[in-house]
Parts: sequence; C-alpha cells; structure tokens
Amino acid sequence: MSALVEINDLWIEGRSDEQWNPIINGASLSLNKGEVLGLIGESGAGKSTLGLAAMGFTRDGVRISGGSVRFDGIDLVNASAAVKRELLGKRIAYVAQSAAASFNPAHRLIDQHTEAPVQHGVQSKAESQADGIELYRRLRLPNPDEIGFRYPHQVSGGQLQRAMTAMAMSCRPDLIIFDEPTTALDVTTQIEVLASIRDIVEQFDTAAIYITHDLAVVAQMADRIKVLLKGDEVEEAETREMLSSPKEDYTKSLWAVRSFQRKQKAPAIAGATPVIRVKNVNASYGKVPVLHDVSFDIHEGRTVAVVGESGSGKSTAARCITGLLPPRSGHIEFDGEVLPLDYRKRSKMQLRQAQMIYQMADTALNPRKTIGELIGRPVEFYMGLKGAEKRKRVEHLLEEIELEPSQYFHRLPSELSGGQKQRIGIARALAAEPKFIICDEVTSALDQLVAEGILKLLAKLQDSLGLSYMFITHDLATVKSIADEVVVMKDGRVVEHGPKDEMFRPPHHPYTDLLLSSVPEMDPDWLTNLLAERGIDNIGDAAVDKM
Amino acid sequence: MSIWLQIVLALVAIGLGAWVLRFAGQKATGNKPFFRDMPISVAFGYVLGAAAVIWGIGFYFHPGATFFRWAVQGFVGFAIAAYVFRLFGRHVGTQGTKKLFRGMPLTASFGILTILIYAVVAIFAGLIAPYGQEEILGQANVVPGGDVAFGGNPQFPLGTDQIGRDILSRLIYGAQNTVGIAFATTCLAFFLGGTFGFLAATLGGWLDQALSRSVDVLMAIPALIFALLLMTIASVWSTKLGIPLTYFMVLIIAVIDSTRVFRLSRAVGQNIVVMDYIEAAKLRGEGLAYLIFREILPNATAPLLAEFGLRFCFVFLTIASLSFLGVGIQPPLADWGTMVRDLSQFINFAAFAPRVASAPLLAAGAIALLTVAVNFVVDWMLHKSSGLKE
Repeated sequence: MSALVEINDLWIEGRSDEQWNPIINGASLSLNKGEVLGLIGESGAGKSTLGLAAMGFTRDGVRISGGSVRFDGIDLVNASAAVKRELLGKRIAYVAQSAAASFNPAHRLIDQHTEAPVQHGVQSKAESQADGIELYRRLRLPNPDEIGFRYPHQVSGGQLQRAMTAMAMSCRPDLIIFDEPTTALDVTTQIEVLASIRDIVEQFDTAAIYITHDLAVVAQMADRIKVLLKGDEVEEAETREMLSSPKEDYTKSLWAVRSFQRKQKAPAIAGATPVIRVKNVNASYGKVPVLHDVSFDIHEGRTVAVVGESGSGKSTAARCITGLLPPRSGHIEFDGEVLPLDYRKRSKMQLRQAQMIYQMADTALNPRKTIGELIGRPVEFYMGLKGAEKRKRVEHLLEEIELEPSQYFHRLPSELSGGQKQRIGIARALAAEPKFIICDEVTSALDQLVAEGILKLLAKLQDSLGLSYMFITHDLATVKSIADEVVVMKDGRVVEHGPKDEMFRPPHHPYTDLLLSSVPEMDPDWLTNLLAERGIDNIGDAAVDKM
Repeated sequence: MSIWLQIVLALVAIGLGAWVLRFAGQKATGNKPFFRDMPISVAFGYVLGAAAVIWGIGFYFHPGATFFRWAVQGFVGFAIAAYVFRLFGRHVGTQGTKKLFRGMPLTASFGILTILIYAVVAIFAGLIAPYGQEEILGQANVVPGGDVAFGGNPQFPLGTDQIGRDILSRLIYGAQNTVGIAFATTCLAFFLGGTFGFLAATLGGWLDQALSRSVDVLMAIPALIFALLLMTIASVWSTKLGIPLTYFMVLIIAVIDSTRVFRLSRAVGQNIVVMDYIEAAKLRGEGLAYLIFREILPNATAPLLAEFGLRFCFVFLTIASLSFLGVGIQPPLADWGTMVRDLSQFINFAAFAPRVASAPLLAAGAIALLTVAVNFVVDWMLHKSSGLKE
C-alpha cells in the first residue's frame, strides 16, 4: 500500500527584499493512514511551511520551487484550484495555533462547524449539527448539547481549541495538520486538549502532522518525529528511538535544553531586611478583586519565582510592586522603606531601583528607536551621562548582554531576533543600575535553546551584580532551573510559598501538585499514565474546577 | 435596433470571446495554471478590457472627441514625464535617494514630480508669471489655445478672463495663494488636533472626556455651513480690527479640521499608549512631553501622514469652495476656487465650442491634479511604512 502523503525533495522559497530566499531545502516525508508525524524545530525552521505544503498550500509570497507533494496519489503541486477545493476541508483539514483568532467572532461555533460538510455536500445542515454535538461529546467538551450554540468569545481558549479540532473532524478527513495547537494554553488546559486530540485521531484512524516546538508534547502525540533546522531536515525516527538515542548533535542539544540547573544558594539569613517586601496586599480592577492578602519577601541576590496559570494574579502582583496598579490596602517595602503606592508619587531614585523586563520584547521596545537610543535613554535619564560617556556605558552594557556593540548600536529592534530583543530589554533594565528586576514571563515567547541562553545570562548577571529577581512564569521547567524560592498563586491568593527544594518535594498543596504533574515529560507514556492516574473526567480544567 | 438589444449582443459577444480566449490560452500554453484555473468571469474581464482599449483608440481619432484627446494626451504625457523623472532619480543623487527611486511606483514618481512643479511655481510665481495677477489687459474673454483661427491670441496662451486678466498668470499666482494658505491651514490643524489628541490619549480621564465631547459638538455641525457662518462673523471683525480676512479663514478652517485630526490622533495614540514601551517609559519617570513627542509621535507618523495628505486636499477644497461662495480669498487676489466660479458659465458652451468651455476647467484641473498627486505620494508612503513593519 502506498503512503497517504508523499513529499519528495520539496523546495520552498519565500520572497523578501526583492529576492527569493529558500525556506525549505529538499525535505521529504511520507505518512501512512492513521499515523501521526511530529514536526519539531525552532521558530523559522520552516515547520509550518512544510505542514501547509502537505495541503498543497503556500502562504502569500511563498512558492514551491521544486519537488512533489502527493496526497493519495494526487499531485498537489500542479493540481488545479478545482481539484484542491474538492480536497481541502473534506479530506485534508487544518487546526491553527490560535483558535481564538481563527474562529469568526460573528458566528456561532456550530454554524462554523457545519459550513464545510454542507459546502462539500457530505451532510445536510441538520445531520452535521447532530454530528458536531456528538464530536463535542467525544472531545469531552462541557455541555456538548449547547456549547456549539455559543459565540467564540463565550468559550475558553482550551475549549475553543477542542471545538476547532471537532470542526477539522467534521468531514472525517484522512489527514489533519495541527499547527502548534497547545502553545498558547496553560499546562493544565494543555493536557485536556492533548488527550482529546490523541483520542479522536485514534478513533477515526486519521493521519496527522503535529507541528510544535515542545519536545515533551510531541513525545506524547507522535508515532514518528522529524527534526527541522533552518529548512533542512536533521533527522527522522520513531518516537521512542528518537528520544532514547538521537543521532545528530543538533537533536541532542534540543534534548539537553531542559537540563540547565544553577547551583543551590545558601538560604537567606533570617531576619535580614528583604529587598522587596509585599505585605497583605489587596488589589482590584475596578470593582473586581484580583489579589487577596498577598504577602511575600524577596531577599538580596535571590530569585523568587511566582507561578500560576493565567488569571492567577501573578502579573497583577508585579503591577502592584511597580505602582502601576496601586493596591487597595497593604503596602510594598523596598529595603525596609515603605514605597508610595502610586508610581507617580515615587522619586526618581525609587523608580530606578526596581526595573522590569517584559514578556513580549516586540511591544516592550519602541520600534522607531535604535538600540543605542533605547539603552542610552535610562543611562542619560538616571545617571546624567551624555555624549561619549553615555556611548561608552551603552557599549559596556551591550557587551554585558553578549551582543557586539559596533554591530548592534545603530540597529532597530525589527532587525533583531526574538532572543536578541529580549537581551536588549535586559540591558535597558540594567542601564538603570537597579537592585531588583521583575521578569514577567521573559522566556515564554522564545524557543527553548534561546530561552536557555536568556536564563543563563540572567543567572550570570545575578552572580556578578547581586541582583534580586521576581520571576513570573507558568513554566515549571524554568522554575526548576533558575529559582531559589517559589510562590504559587491561584485565584489571586498565595497557596504555597517556600524554598524551591521544598516545593518540588511532596507533600504539596493539591493545586501545586496539579501544576507539577501537568508539566509534560519526555516519556512517551507520560500522558497515558497520567490520564490513568487522574481518571478520565478529572484532567486539566475539570481538575482545577473541582478544587 | 434598440439600444438594449445592442448591449445584450455586445455582452454575448464578449462572453464568447472570453471562452475562446481561455480555450485558446489553454491549448497554446499546454494547460499552464494561469489559463487552466482562470474563471470565465476573469476571462470576461480581460476581453472587456481589450474591447474598451480598442474602442478608445478608435474614438481618439474621431474629430468630435476634443476633450477625450486632450485627456489621453495629458495622461500619456504625464506618464512619460513621471517615467523620465524616476529614471533621473535612479541615476542621480546619493545612495539613499537612488534606492528610494528604485522601489518607487510610477504613480508616486508622478505625484512627487507634480508636487515639485507646484512648489516651484508657487515660490517663484512673481518671476514665472508673464503678467501681474491684478493686471487688467485690453482684451476680455480671449479663448484659450492661442490659436487665432478659434479666437485666441498667442500673447495669452491660456486666454483672458471676463474682465481681461491673463489666466496663465492668475493660475500661477493662484498656486501661491491657494496652495500656500491650504498648507499653512493644514499644518495648524495638525498642530492643534495632534497635540490635543495625544494629550487626551495619554492622560485620559476627565480631560479626555471634556476634549472629546467638545469635539463631538463641533463635528455635529456641517463643516461648510459652520465655516460660512463663522466667516460671515469674521468679515465684520476683520474690517473692525484691520486684520486681513485670510487670517481668520486659516484659523477657522484649521479649528474645524483639527476636530477630525483630533479623532484620529486620539485613536492612534490610544493604541500606542497601551504598549509595554510606554509603560516602561512611565515607570522610568519620564515627563509628559517626552512621552508624547519621543515615544508616541514617532510611532504615529504613518497614519498621521496619510491623514495629512487627505486633510490637505480637503482643506484645499474647502478654501476653493469658500472662495467660490465669495467669502474665502478676496479679489483681486487670484485663487483657483474664485476662478472656477467666475468662468463657470462658459461650461454651457461645451457642446459646440470646446475651447471656450475649457476656460473654467483650467483652474479646476489644477486643483484636481494636485489632489491626485498628493494622494499618490501618501499612498506610496503608507505602503512603504507598513511594509517595513513586516
């Protein structure tokens, strides 16, 4: 039997700066019916492009310049629009990364669900609706009978992602392409989506291409894994074989990323004045309370990780410390001195001492300013340095974040990669010579290798400058590698607080336990075991709701 | 044969042509995707376009089609000029300007060339114009074209108006008056609207409410009628205070137009204010002026520039309309709006004396040409700035 999808020596080019640049250099893959192939690589590796090419589709400004794509014997590269129209949606379906952005907000879920089957003449509208409800039930969506009649904004992110999977299933396709379907989700929600995707693919014997940058996720989902690097194929093997004995150096380096671990520091001296003390802080947005009696200390030269899923109030705690959101009650102390609650009432000195690094370096750096201006401004503003002195200081800072000053001084943020931008954000914070830095999800938008580089840099700076960090994150692997102490938050409350070792050793608070056990592991049996342990109705969201 | 039958027959013929085109294309190219995936409607469009071009060429040589011939000649002439200008820009100048011209569409090069010409004419009006703008010469109502056989006079290549002033000279001085005043007014409108808009976006709260609501009130009154009303009041003041009415006009139009600019800059500003880099600047302790001019403004230039181009045209047309209605730029100063009004009766001669009828169209054409040119350049700038973001 020939393979369902056969890609042979495929070359793809993209147009930028008035020339064609290679994106995929001669990739080949084959996929049998009912098989799941995992495509992994860093951003820019061409994994989405290759995934879309398997549908015979290229984005605007991208073209297939050589090779062939065959789906069930049909040549998709040269197929006419009419032939493709017959296949797409009916026999090949696509699940996008952000379901929230991919659903049309003006139509109910079920109406969007029924569109493809009705268009392709597979089912009537009524049949398709009934089938959609059945699929929602199989995907374990809550209230399957009525959830389809809601609008996208009335449904949570994880549920939308499952509704989208149901939509892709509506015509019972032979092939589904999943493009990072869980990247934007919390760990607890992610499990639920992973479990339902895996089940439904198995039930209908659908072939799938699963694109992701998260190795632990792909280990759960795929039968085979293919690693891409800058458009080149690195290696391909069965999942277990790939995990236990990767051949290429690049693959090994990907596998090794999670091993970064900084050495344990001596515990903080009891009774020493903390750099930052958050005491009994209550805060609210308008009338909605978001923080309830939050207290924790951050000592000099130490990293406190604040973990919790989205909506748990960890970023709000940071906004209270910086003074952007003045708390309703409680206070913030810096070095034993009580800070004014509103940042506008703080002195320049007080503002200088606490700096912030943002999650999205894209929006945290003014796109119209050069690197020299971005870092130079706090140098000039706080230190009063001008001209050559300022330039020297900026160059020193650039060296400190391991970027070549002469090369980057005059560049704009848009000419930098994601990791480099994040480094500029760090340099801007350092320029103020602070004692305390808030890192708000600084690595969550980055690839693992790049994120590790940032973590190492932050650790190095802490050792040489004696900085204190408040490290906000939802990724427990990051916590393991960098934190000294951990604060676990849920629904605006601190549920657990203590040194890292204690946190990762049982017994835990049940919520901490749930968070810890939800982090995907590299073991391919992890998801199966976890589901068996928790029981089918008690995974992810459902488990959170029960607490 | 009735006209309807003719139309139906023509449509059927074009439809047949479309099918033949697609079929022939498929056969000739060996079923290339371009012809293979071509819907019949697209083929219909190609054939219709071709038919229109053929008809246009035929009509061009028709003796009665004077205006059409002028339009085609003008279009081709401008296209050639724009092409030559772009070629010139690609080979002369610094590395930067050469690169700029290399990526420039023909429309933008046409727009820049036209604006340059207008600017030169406006600045050196006194040197270029053959006569003074107020000078009344012997002959009135000389037909444009300078051809004696049609009642023209080579001394006045564009003819003279109803009281014997040279139209060419008045057009040239009109560039100075109309364009200069429009430019000043637009700048003032942007200064007012931009400042208040960004202030409202940055500070928010009651200031935003107060400013936005007053702007809503101003916008609720139809602009032209409001301007007319204010101009009537101002004309009393101007005689009493001895300040030229033009100053009042600039101020009035600027204030009315600044409400639109306010709306835009507030909306754009609000999108920028929520960015993390603004938060970072606030937490650094930066002042309001730094926030507005160094952080927000550089990121708002693209939409503001686009609006500037459009707003300039609107201001320009408002001035022309006010002048046309008699309360704008006052005679004897030359102004394109007034010129259109003064000669507007001649448009009735279009059917039998096209040269006579073209007299009022000269000033109107000058307005139209500048409006088109400005918008071409703005479109190009917008495209460039949005392209950079990708």
